[in-house]
Amino acid sequence: MEPVLWLLFSAGGVVSALFLPAMVFLFAFALPLGWVDDPGRDRLLGLVGHPLTALVLLGVCVLSLLHWAQRFRYTLFDGLRLKPYQSPINTIVYALALFGSAIAAVLLWQAASARGG
Amino acid sequence: MTDPAPEAQPPYRPEMSRLWWLHRRSYVFFVLRELSSIFVAWSVVFLLLLVRVLAQGQAAYAAFLAWASSPWVVALNVVTLAFLLLHSVTWFNLTPAATVVKLRGQRVPALAIAGGAYASWVVVTAAVVALVVTR
Repeated sequence: MEPVLWLLFSAGGVVSALFLPAMVFLFAFALPLGWVDDPGRDRLLGLVGHPLTALVLLGVCVLSLLHWAQRFRYTLFDGLRLKPYQSPINTIVYALALFGSAIAAVLLWQAASARGG
Repeated sequence: MTDPAPEAQPPYRPEMSRLWWLHRRSYVFFVLRELSSIFVAWSVVFLLLLVRVLAQGQAAYAAFLAWASSPWVVALNVVTLAFLLLHSVTWFNLTPAATVVKLRGQRVPALAIAGGAYASWVVVTAAVVALVVTR
């Protein structure tokens, strides 16, 4: 199991490093603070709800969350020396990552449906 | 001779504080790099909140933009973007160490692999911006 988790950690590290800075810059700064023209809800929904974009976004979300899970539990083990509590930490962290992934799938599905309907 | 029984000796456990990483600058940097994962997770949550309001409608979208421009959210996202950039730079700098690529039996130099990683970053960033920004 451990090698698979490290593989997902690496994949998540790559996609989060490639995609997240641009997305956070746009949607946390450029759009809300008015640095660029607001494309409007309809255009953004058309983009986010497009099956191809939605699939890419799902991949970015799920892999980034699995990246977080692996790195965060080692931050707790090494940084805060919580290795004795390894098994509850593993359970909680990966349950959160899987829960987040499921939410991501539902929300992107809803966006795709709202775009179609 | 009275040797102490070896099993009577408790195993040696060096005392280490939970704040061991504050003792050296390189340790602090290591912990900051590891902490970036929290902000990766927060970015995903933030982006999913946007996806949710897009599906909900115009009013929810406008409320999201107002919330996202409030001082505390902007401050949190400034920290988030700083950690995201730290994550990207440290990740791409480490790619040559983690990836061994061979072309015609020759190992591709580290600089070329790191350069490729940074080039991909530029391409992805440009593509995302081009898709979202209308003008």
